[in-house]
Amino acid sequence: MSGSFFSLMSIALGAILVSNVVFSQLLGAGPFLKGSGSLRAALGTGLAVTLVMTLTSAACWPVNEYILVPNGLKFVEMAIFLLIAVFLVELLELLWRKLAPGRELPSTGGLPLAANCAVLGVVLQNVQNVSSFLQSLTYGVAGGLGFLLAILLFAGVRERLEFAECPKAFEGLPIALVTAGLLALCFTGFSNLNIFG
Amino acid sequence: MNIGKQIKGGLLTRNPVAVRLVGLCAAVAVTTTLLNGLGMGLCVTAVLILSNGILSALWFYLPQRLRTISAIMVTAALGGAADLLIQAFFPALAGELGLFLPLVPVTVILLGGAGTYAYENTVASSMLEGLCQGLGYTLVLTLAGFLRELLGKGSFGFGFLEGGQGIRLFPEQYAALGLNGPVGGFLALGCVAALVQYFNGRPKRTKKKEKEGAKG
Repeated sequence: MSGSFFSLMSIALGAILVSNVVFSQLLGAGPFLKGSGSLRAALGTGLAVTLVMTLTSAACWPVNEYILVPNGLKFVEMAIFLLIAVFLVELLELLWRKLAPGRELPSTGGLPLAANCAVLGVVLQNVQNVSSFLQSLTYGVAGGLGFLLAILLFAGVRERLEFAECPKAFEGLPIALVTAGLLALCFTGFSNLNIFG
Repeated sequence: MNIGKQIKGGLLTRNPVAVRLVGLCAAVAVTTTLLNGLGMGLCVTAVLILSNGILSALWFYLPQRLRTISAIMVTAALGGAADLLIQAFFPALAGELGLFLPLVPVTVILLGGAGTYAYENTVASSMLEGLCQGLGYTLVLTLAGFLRELLGKGSFGFGFLEGGQGIRLFPEQYAALGLNGPVGGFLALGCVAALVQYFNGRPKRTKKKEKEGAKG
């Protein structure tokens, strides 16, 4: 049991630091750049993506394993996964309105959250490479936490960047992309990290 | 809408990547070579044109509530078809694009705003809008791919020029290998986005001056 726990921990740490969703797999650059205007917004976006990624990973793996693969429906997997993601995001929005009436949603809205390369990329990788539900769930949670870490670090830098002087053409998105590139360079430092053996 | 304005909008003033900030994810990832950027861009363009056309033709038959969902389904179906076609006819490109080939519909949904333009305009105008937005996307991806291939590999046109080897400009040992990885994706796209912003910023200023001059 402890062996499997450590193997899951090793998967999680690997997914957060070594193969970070944003910096090494380059998934989810859109919400990463859009939702990182301030630390507060970044926290909201990061938590929302983590939640959606966890739930979608949990929902899509059984659907793929027990419905799509036995019936030879692999070719519609993307449509099905997209539908599941949209459905879950709508459900979460309903819950949010019910639980916190009058408060704005913490993210950029429903559709960008569901039609999100980070969420669907992790789901696709799960159904291609992963053999158990628990591992798939771990990848979902760890991918989300990796995104949260990345976006918080990035938002911290970006808040400082507001006051920096840069060429006019580089203001806004371009300098943010260059900053993200330098952060990605930092994350390559984790590339051979191995703690749990 | 004026056709020339629409084309300029897609390429520059409403460029999907550099101005509207959509589809960044694939743009950062697949631009390792000129051919990859171009292939991804053209694939997205084709799917976007078709999905915009179909959605625009269907809008009358769709109840309000089903519009977003049907936009997603149509795009996912077309994207799935594009995925299978590229795997069948361009297996090398499919291998290079990897995970981002099945993610084409996600990009297209964001680029087309889940049919927001298509539902409000005629079929021809929607398809033209799809073409313009797709070409803007292709432009950015191709430029970023060109930049990364040139500096990261020291050649350009790998996969289709000079029998697939590409034209070598300087030996590979002098190339900045880091640009082939994620770092290069962000840096190259940043430079291309800056270029688009530069071109967007320039004519406006001259126009302002002209107006000021006319007033004066």
